Amino acid sequence: MAEAAIELIGINKSFGAVRANRDIALEIPRGTIHGIIGENGAGKSTLMSILYGFYQADSGEIRVNGKPTNIKTPNDAIAVGIGMVHQHFMLVENFSVLENVILGAEGEALLKKSIAKARSELHRLEDEYGLEVDPDALIEELPVGLQQRVEILKALYRGAEILILDEPTGVLTPAEADHLFRILQQLKEQGKTVVLITHKLREIMAITDNVSVMRQGTMVATRKTSETTVEELAELMVGRRVLLRVEKGEAKPGAVKLAVKNLTVRDSRGVTMVDDVSFDIRAGEIVGIAGVAGNGQSELMEAVSGIRKAVSGTVMLDGTPIDLTGQADPGELRDRGLAHVPEDRHHVGLVLAFDESENSILGYHDKPQYLKGPFLNLDAIQKDAQEKIEKYDIRPANPRLKTANFSGGNQQKIVLAREIEQDPGVLIVGQPTRGVDVGAIEFIHRRLIAMRDQGKAVLLVSVELDEIRSLSDRILVMFAGRVVGERGPETSEGELGLLMAGVEHKEAAE
Amino acid sequence: MSTPYAKLPAWADYGLIPLINLLVAFAVAGLVVLLVGENPLRAAVILVEGAFGSGQGIAYTLFYATNFIFTGLAVAVAFHCGLFNIGGEGQAYIGGLGIAIVVLSFDSTLPWWVVFPLAIIASALFGALWALIPAYLQAKRGSHIVITTIMFNFIAASVMVYMLVNVLKPMGSMAPQTRQFLEGGQLPKLGWLLAEFGLKVRPSAPLNISFLLALVMAFLVWVLIWRTRLGYEIRTYGFSSKAARYAGISEPRIIIVTMLISGALAGMMALNPIMGDQHNVPLDFVSGAGFVGIAVALMGRSHPAGIVPAAILFGMLYQGGAELAFEMPNISRDMIVIIQGLVILFAGALENMFRPTIQGIFASISPGSVGITATKGERA
Amino acid sequence: MEFVDALINILNSTIRVSVPLLLACLAGLYSERAGVFDIGLEGKMLAGAFAGAAAAAVFASAWIGLLVAVLVSVGMALVHGFASITHRGNQIVSGVAINFIAAGSTIILGQAWFQQGGRTPSLPPEGRFGEIKLPGADALRDVPVIGQLYSGLLSGHSLLTYVAFLAVPFTWWVLFRTRFGLRLRAVGENPAAVDTAGISVAWLRYRAVICTGILTGLAGSYMALAQNAGFVKDMTAGRGYIALAALIFAKWKPVPAMFACLLFGFLDALSIRLQGTPLPLIGKVPVQLMQALPYILTVILLAGFIGKAIPPRAGGVPYVKER
Repeated sequence: MAEAAIELIGINKSFGAVRANRDIALEIPRGTIHGIIGENGAGKSTLMSILYGFYQADSGEIRVNGKPTNIKTPNDAIAVGIGMVHQHFMLVENFSVLENVILGAEGEALLKKSIAKARSELHRLEDEYGLEVDPDALIEELPVGLQQRVEILKALYRGAEILILDEPTGVLTPAEADHLFRILQQLKEQGKTVVLITHKLREIMAITDNVSVMRQGTMVATRKTSETTVEELAELMVGRRVLLRVEKGEAKPGAVKLAVKNLTVRDSRGVTMVDDVSFDIRAGEIVGIAGVAGNGQSELMEAVSGIRKAVSGTVMLDGTPIDLTGQADPGELRDRGLAHVPEDRHHVGLVLAFDESENSILGYHDKPQYLKGPFLNLDAIQKDAQEKIEKYDIRPANPRLKTANFSGGNQQKIVLAREIEQDPGVLIVGQPTRGVDVGAIEFIHRRLIAMRDQGKAVLLVSVELDEIRSLSDRILVMFAGRVVGERGPETSEGELGLLMAGVEHKEAAE
Repeated sequence: MSTPYAKLPAWADYGLIPLINLLVAFAVAGLVVLLVGENPLRAAVILVEGAFGSGQGIAYTLFYATNFIFTGLAVAVAFHCGLFNIGGEGQAYIGGLGIAIVVLSFDSTLPWWVVFPLAIIASALFGALWALIPAYLQAKRGSHIVITTIMFNFIAASVMVYMLVNVLKPMGSMAPQTRQFLEGGQLPKLGWLLAEFGLKVRPSAPLNISFLLALVMAFLVWVLIWRTRLGYEIRTYGFSSKAARYAGISEPRIIIVTMLISGALAGMMALNPIMGDQHNVPLDFVSGAGFVGIAVALMGRSHPAGIVPAAILFGMLYQGGAELAFEMPNISRDMIVIIQGLVILFAGALENMFRPTIQGIFASISPGSVGITATKGERA
Repeated sequence: MEFVDALINILNSTIRVSVPLLLACLAGLYSERAGVFDIGLEGKMLAGAFAGAAAAAVFASAWIGLLVAVLVSVGMALVHGFASITHRGNQIVSGVAINFIAAGSTIILGQAWFQQGGRTPSLPPEGRFGEIKLPGADALRDVPVIGQLYSGLLSGHSLLTYVAFLAVPFTWWVLFRTRFGLRLRAVGENPAAVDTAGISVAWLRYRAVICTGILTGLAGSYMALAQNAGFVKDMTAGRGYIALAALIFAKWKPVPAMFACLLFGFLDALSIRLQGTPLPLIGKVPVQLMQALPYILTVILLAGFIGKAIPPRAGGVPYVKER
């Protein structure tokens, strides 16, 4: 029986009212690759940040190689041989590889010797693990896969025996990911311990020895990878939650309202986020897009609503194309009946410092009913806000209250009320119930169904599989920027989960 | 994740904290007074008496305050859009050029009440134009507006020296300034208004009708920011550029329009000293009022209802400071510059220094009044 | 020969007016490279000049003057650090505040202590940094061109002038060849990378602003103890801002910083010398245009028409550990 490299006992961590980690116990045997899997927000990254000394646990104990260890800063973690590869790389972009590797581990006040030492050490690591990278290249000129390699080199250079990787394949192409796995395998063979945080089941099955599943801040199970199945893990990950089923009748799809064809979108770094996506949405149906966060859903929504530039493809709204240059006027799209409830209500959908009534016109503030010449028609705006407050049961029922003082559910209702009450033909909704209390969830779901029944076209993007399944008439699954499948609402969670994890997609491709 | 600080009641946020910051600034200034061997309390008494003890003092206080209302409003309007216009000094200076052109052309033929509106337009226009280039560069090319507006202050100074020495100076004169304005270029004084209240004011007191213009502008800025569609867009962009993009507000347009308004307000400041008092355009007539505007806007929390009293406070410091220099040989008017710096430091850069302490006090007195702390308390 | 004399003359005054720019510019470089914007160079330089002149006058020692100047400038730099690093305040606002505090207090204290209208007493020779004659300067004076350059241009400056120009390679060396420099550059680009490497972001940035304080103290000392014989009110006259412009113009690099300061110094020296003399081909250039040229050039650079000035990526943003 291998000795545990890391043992966590009773770890608790809260951020304000949110309990990110509850009473976590975990044992990671030395010389293994240990997967930690869970949905977004399950608490994986928080747990690992505690292990790396970036956060302090509220309570609990960490044992490294059997010894109780007090890890207060990243320095303490480095000292006991823990290295971390962060999801967002901690690299200085205009530094060379060498400079990044020695940063914080320079040894002495002058760089000459430490650079020479690092250079020979990098050569050694290159030979030993196949971690090839030009030591004098600037980070900003390296592709993402190599940047990640630099992060691994940084950890190894500091003598890491335990390497934590947080969602390492999120930014990699499949080929790069495979290369990474070979490297991890080699590290294991050299006796290092690897902790792999991911939400991709395929990776877990492909490379880990053991796997622990987290859900909503708790550690729900640990399995030997060889003794478990993808289905079991998917179920553990998602859990058997109470389904919030909404009563809804048969959909009566009408004419095509929104037609997306061959849409491709890249992010600011040039990484393709939406890859040749096509679909239609008809009047009177809800089309749900399922997928793990970060697989291109956000970019898709932004491009379709005219606030993000697309590289190629077309989007037709009622048969007329939308400007995809990134220069589109969202106001004009609103006039054409396209409404958008953005995913990020704190920074995009709302101005938290505004009064409720001010937010209830955001984006529609140039509509004649809210204006008197160049002036805001405050009476009309207040009256309008009051009506929405009553209709959507927004509490507290005070249109003059600062939006920041409303709860998440009520803030979301403010956005929904604003967008729905303009009577749009097409509604694009992102994460409609994220951070929303149960009572409000039901209300919001009913509203969306009602929209559909009035013959509107609804595009629903959500990482909540339940929500997608209970609301959608058709489900598209996105993985790595592509639509990898279309299913009906009765499809099992397991099947959708596999699609979301890219499993079937991979197999089909091979 | 969450806001860094728990919530305080509004009166503490907008009243108590600025007041504490102000008091600390004055306390440190008091130390400087002590350091030069004078009694800070006596200095404070002289200061207040010099500013408000006589009709003449009040007239001067309000005259200075007029400058600071204009420049404070200029800084505040830009703040609402998330922009730091540090170029009020240069915009005001160039505004003076606009006034010179109008007044020198018409002061012999037209009465003041015709020249005045023309001069308002010219000062606003020139100030706005001087803000246009930094605004354009920020909006279209991403050049940091703080740095460009600083540079434009110096460029404005050179332009004005050149204009006054080589173009506007009358033939044969040695002083680098325009000729004396005729009656059409002189604004009516407001001494009579103070006299109505039974105060004695000499006709030389510089308080003039541009004080009323400043108050009108303060009101118009309030209307603009909180009552118009444009103001709504400015505030939206100032709070969140992403929300503005989502709402269909054009980023370059809102930056440029806001800076034009800001520059126009700064430019109008030139009316007060030029047409109201000096009756010519001299060198350096702005003399730091553009920078005082930063202190005034910070103290007034960018709200006209805060800016006007903050401007009057600084007017008091300028007028009272002059008296102080007269009474206390070791203290000159430069004391005001120190106080100004301290106010900017404590009310601006260090505005959150006392906040945690005050929140702690509030939480211990009445846990219900302080949002996040309260929920913790309930659980415990 | 007259031309060579004139040239040496103007280059010589270029060096003299460039020194305070250069010291202040390098000062700003340390702070801004670490991600702390500093528009308070002017104020720190002014405070340093006053403190240096006052101490040198009281103790009749240039060295004590220098020490006090540095201490006072560092003190003001720490105030900037306290506001912008510890309390995460707005760095621009803090810089503006420091400029005002320095402008006002130098006059008030000067008047209170010396009663000469804001001036400090004229310094005796031992209270100043005198001119240093390099060996053989007199002997080589008559050797055409090379000798003239050596004795007329290189020799005969104060100690601080040589320090200023030596500070250029030294700063380069610190920035690119030492551990401190590596970390300093890193914290200005990506403080999170520094934090996860186990280095304190705050302490690193504090050390950077202390460097800024030391160099602005030297800049002030040069003006009050070498270039002039004492402090005159507002004697920095915007040089802190020109230094800032030079820093941007040099794209935050030490050696280009020196050339930018020399260029701006040259423009200044030229405008004094040309006063009304017409230039060949161009004709008469207004003095004011020459004076405004550094600012105009910087704006053009900022607009991206001649290269692009990209500031340190984390500049101006207080570091908050993100969840």
